[in-house]
Amino acid sequence: MKYKPMTAIAVTLAAIGTAAFADADDHQLVINGETEIVTEAAAPDHMENIDTIYSGWRFRSEETQALEADDFDNPGMIAVDQAMDSWSTVEGDKNKSCASCHGDDPAESMAGVRAVYPKWNDDAGEVRTLAMQINGCRESQMGAEPYGYTSAKMTAMEALISVQSRGLPVNVAIDGPARETWEKGKEIYYTRYGQLELSCANCHEENYGNHIRADHLSQGQINGFPTYRLKNTKLNQVQARFKGCVRDTRAETFNPGSPEFIALELYVASRGNGLSVSAPSVRN
Amino acid sequence: MRITVLIPSALALCATAAVAETVLPANIEFNEGAIETPLTDAPGDPARGREIMISRGKGNCVACHDVAALKDAPFHGEVGPPLDFVGEYRSAAELRGIVANAKQTFEGTVMPAFYKTTGFVRPGDAYTGKAAPADLPPILTAQEIEDVVAFLQTLKEG
Ligand code: HEC
Ligand code: HEC
Repeated sequence: MKYKPMTAIAVTLAAIGTAAFADADDHQLVINGETEIVTEAAAPDHMENIDTIYSGWRFRSEETQALEADDFDNPGMIAVDQAMDSWSTVEGDKNKSCASCHGDDPAESMAGVRAVYPKWNDDAGEVRTLAMQINGCRESQMGAEPYGYTSAKMTAMEALISVQSRGLPVNVAIDGPARETWEKGKEIYYTRYGQLELSCANCHEENYGNHIRADHLSQGQINGFPTYRLKNTKLNQVQARFKGCVRDTRAETFNPGSPEFIALELYVASRGNGLSVSAPSVRN
Repeated sequence: MRITVLIPSALALCATAAVAETVLPANIEFNEGAIETPLTDAPGDPARGREIMISRGKGNCVACHDVAALKDAPFHGEVGPPLDFVGEYRSAAELRGIVANAKQTFEGTVMPAFYKTTGFVRPGDAYTGKAAPADLPPILTAQEIEDVVAFLQTLKEG
């Protein structure tokens, strides 16, 4: 019950104080007292049904929000430290680590990277997610085994790279050679899957701000990924999250790393163009 | 002659009625969204309907609907309208149609069809994430639909 015309009614109801309606709150996120995070922005032009985009942070409780405002409280930062060890660990038959090519300090070489992924890779002739790029380096540059797509090591490495872009606006390209993949992702976003016949849009576009049982629905943005969830007490990879949402429609899911989820990740990322990268984030 | 013919057929009728006098999802006739004839011979049981509505693996209706009479189950959703008093302004036939397949009443609604077995995109085997079996059962059985309808009819003023 969340198409644009309904919003006006809901707002009126909230104003007279009867409805339990609770859209995004009006809190502001500043991390460590210095990094300002944009959690609300005008929707990018390509979005047809939504005017304003919000980070998932704006739909969480004050307690959960507070955990993301300070790195000492953010349990996701532990994985960042662990990945820092992996960064300089030599692996594979080429005797290299990430640091061999990208230098000792990822803050220098990786700033801005997360903000533009997924992204078209000319050499590979495909759209690559950050996870694919990490494994691309491991396999061709290091001669090392790829990480499992949603493994703890992969998710931690994504967190380390993402944190270097914290505060920068998501700015994923959807034109040029990436367009075809983007269109495919858009189609998936609006397809009603499973025996419950629900699309991403049914929950995250038509019903954000509403509760579905105990859950307060957000717009399903991915600017905060990887995400530390209090529910499973670990850092969660974005495509693992997609898989969970598709499963909850009583559908046969797609696999992380599949062409469908790569396209979906590009499309969903582009719906967040303008929000700040704020990963690792904390959710319930 | 007459007697010998009648007795076996009457027996046969009784035998089938006891197990399988239910309308299959594929054979349902919707009349402007409503289903006039009950899906089974046995009347719906409102107490069982109540349990189905709050159970996560069954109807999980309160995930989307607020129902004052079900407040003993925590966390009611806001995706659909509150159902208090729905028994007042909706007939049994309308309620049966909405619960079986709400899309016949509300075009494009997000409310799932609880008595439908075909026409899905990538149907799964319940909440396992795996592919559905070839003979995918409806989310609720015919009797469970009748039970839920019976409970909804109790949602009246006073
Ligand atoms: C039946 C409802 C439903 C459907 C359909 C659904 N989701 Fe979700 N999703 C949820 C709920 C509930 C949450 C947890 C609360 C929240 O963050 O919105 C969630 C969370 C998310 C998050 C985490 C957001 C954050 O800030 O941490 C992402 C990303 C997401 N969903 C993406 C998707 C995508 C992509 C699809 C379609 C493939 C999808 N969802 C389909 C219910 C749904
Ligand atoms: C995923 C969300 C969802 C679930 C689950 C759901 N519904 Fe609904 N329901 C809706 C929405 C939304 C509507 C409003 C129809 C519309 O305009 O789309 C609705 C409408 C109804 C109506 C009509 C109300 C009226 O005022 O006319 C009834 C009755 C109803 N639902 C009963 C149920 C029952 C019983 C169940 C469980 C067996 C259930 N619903 C599960 C979303 C849901």
